[in-house]
Amino acid sequence: MRSIIPIGPFHPLQDEPENFLLTVEGETVVDIDVNLGYIHKGIELLAQQKTYDQVVFLVERICGICSITHTVCFCNAVEDLLKIEIPERAKYIRTILGEIERIHSHLLWMGLAGHFIGYNTVFMWTWKYREPILDMMEILTGNRQSCGMLKVGGVRRDLDNQKLSQLLKTLDELEPKIKMLADAVQDDPVLKARLENVGTLTRKDAIDYCVVGPTARASGVNIDVRRDDPYAAYPYLDWDVIVLNQGDVYAKFLVRVLETLESIKILRQAVQKIPAGDFQLQIREVPPGEGIGRYEAPRGEDIHYVRSNGTNFPERLKVRAPSYINIPSFYASCINQQVADVTITLAAVDPCYSCTERMISAKDIRSNHLWSQKDLIEISSQKTIKIASELGIEPDLPILKKYLLR
Amino acid sequence: MDNLFLYVIAFLIFPGFLFTSSFGLIVSWIDRKVSALIQWRVGPPFFQPFYDLLKLWHKELIIPATAKKNGFILAPLLGISSVTLLATILGIINLNPEYQFIGDIIVILYLMIIPPLSIVWGGFTSGNPFGALGASREIKLMMGYELPFILAIVTVFFKVGSISLGEIIQYQHVHGVMLNLPSMIVAFIVSILCLQAKLAQVPFDISEAECEIMEGPFIEYSGPLLAVYKLMQSMLQVVFPWFLISIFWGGTSFQGWGILWAVLKYIFIITLVILIKNTNPRIRIDQAVKFFWGWVTLVALIAMILMFMGY
Repeated sequence: MRSIIPIGPFHPLQDEPENFLLTVEGETVVDIDVNLGYIHKGIELLAQQKTYDQVVFLVERICGICSITHTVCFCNAVEDLLKIEIPERAKYIRTILGEIERIHSHLLWMGLAGHFIGYNTVFMWTWKYREPILDMMEILTGNRQSCGMLKVGGVRRDLDNQKLSQLLKTLDELEPKIKMLADAVQDDPVLKARLENVGTLTRKDAIDYCVVGPTARASGVNIDVRRDDPYAAYPYLDWDVIVLNQGDVYAKFLVRVLETLESIKILRQAVQKIPAGDFQLQIREVPPGEGIGRYEAPRGEDIHYVRSNGTNFPERLKVRAPSYINIPSFYASCINQQVADVTITLAAVDPCYSCTERMISAKDIRSNHLWSQKDLIEISSQKTIKIASELGIEPDLPILKKYLLR
Repeated sequence: MDNLFLYVIAFLIFPGFLFTSSFGLIVSWIDRKVSALIQWRVGPPFFQPFYDLLKLWHKELIIPATAKKNGFILAPLLGISSVTLLATILGIINLNPEYQFIGDIIVILYLMIIPPLSIVWGGFTSGNPFGALGASREIKLMMGYELPFILAIVTVFFKVGSISLGEIIQYQHVHGVMLNLPSMIVAFIVSILCLQAKLAQVPFDISEAECEIMEGPFIEYSGPLLAVYKLMQSMLQVVFPWFLISIFWGGTSFQGWGILWAVLKYIFIITLVILIKNTNPRIRIDQAVKFFWGWVTLVALIAMILMFMGY
């Protein structure tokens, strides 16, 4: 007997509205459908109506967790457009902020993952460990989240070197706790029984679905923008990309724990090596052109595309958040799993819907019918035929028909 | 006539409904407070479980259009009345073992199955896919833990040579508590594991699993009926450990220091339950059934073999 289990739009599994329709036979999931678009915010359109300096603050508000991610990514894109090199101190500051963000984001996910499998002690403990890191962010920048530090051409404010030594102290306190967590994860037989061989994403599937970030690295795909297309101060520092091969939820958990330790390593070096000097460039005007910014967010590769027409407003901003790429991989990892496993698998890519939501779905409320791409093209071509007949000309449809046949 | 009046008092006040429910709510406060301390939180104030119940009682009762109305309303009432009856029988026999009747443990074991069955009934009648899924999980889990639990209890039957709770308690008064024997310690461990599942605590809260199926059978319940279920669950937290104390640990004596001793025994068992709850993730239903039918049943059989060998 098949029945449909809806996860969302409101479900304790996710803090944000989204909808997964699991078709189940007994407890086994045989099909999955994903509906997004509940919190579409229209950021890309808004960005076209704001100056470059204002857009930095706007993209900071795409997501609460990845506030550094999107701002640095946007700055990377505009700096790519401008073809400028920012001062070295600014690069280090961006690295420090980005890695602090990665640590607190990974700790957040570990806690939530514990909560999703009913392990509330892990949930509370990791969030407790996360607090000093957020406090550190506040000491350094004045705010726990959305600190408004970034600016095209550098950073808005300088970091105090004394406060950076406090950061080292916090890291010294944090590291043994993370190591304890890593050991606990590797030793706990019940946790292993619950996470191992669950929601496995094979290397082939990971490549086929183009997944990014820890999701890909847990499946043995060795990608990391920080190494592959360096930005900020990463080329000057010594660190490793964590790659595991199992592809299950356990590997994803472990990748994140180990990456947190790696982030601590990066932070220590960055604090030691940070040079004195200027931390921002004055940008007078933005010439016409286009630029692409890439950034390794805690969830994977984030891409911002900016096109300028020479005014002080971007003509187009396109954001592609990592979760958007990772969500389709559920087709590969969730089918033929148990419902209990699917919930943790859905959470294992650390989906962030406020980053992801930048699409519109067309839905007929009365019949509850969701229009597919094909339907919409069909409607569009009919409209074209209608307009053409009104104008008395031949409708230009061959391209559309070719598209429909595909 | 006098006797009947006393039985009604026993059912409604002590050791029945009023005593078990208020004690259960206090225990649920202990549970929440200790869990909070383990998790570096502050935890709720003492009267929080009472406030919660009061709040639920004043809330609107919504019966979903898809639900089978009669079953939906009757299920929690059936559950709570069976727990009350269970508490009454246990309490009376503990107070005065003379009030036993033949096969009272069989009655008690059957009454212990009714609360999970009422949850199953409520889940299926709620007409919600999550409720149905949770109810089917509850059935599977029940099939899992009942076998080793009965085996552990039967070990005591064979030792004492009786299926009457009163005789088991009297036997322990004469020969010392069951837990002096190694075989009984093994059986006791088995029943603690089953207790964890019977109380629907992590790692066996599979039927409620709020992050997977959103409280499962309780999903459509609201207001007073949810309050009844919550009350039933906190009463179970009193009754099940009490049953284990009666069987394995000499029962409860109400003379002298007996009452304090009984409370200490009870706190020991409930602390074990809370510790297991806070140091384990929830396991899957198939893992749970395999665990109970495999390892736990094996250990229960070992207990029985040890008992026949005279240990």
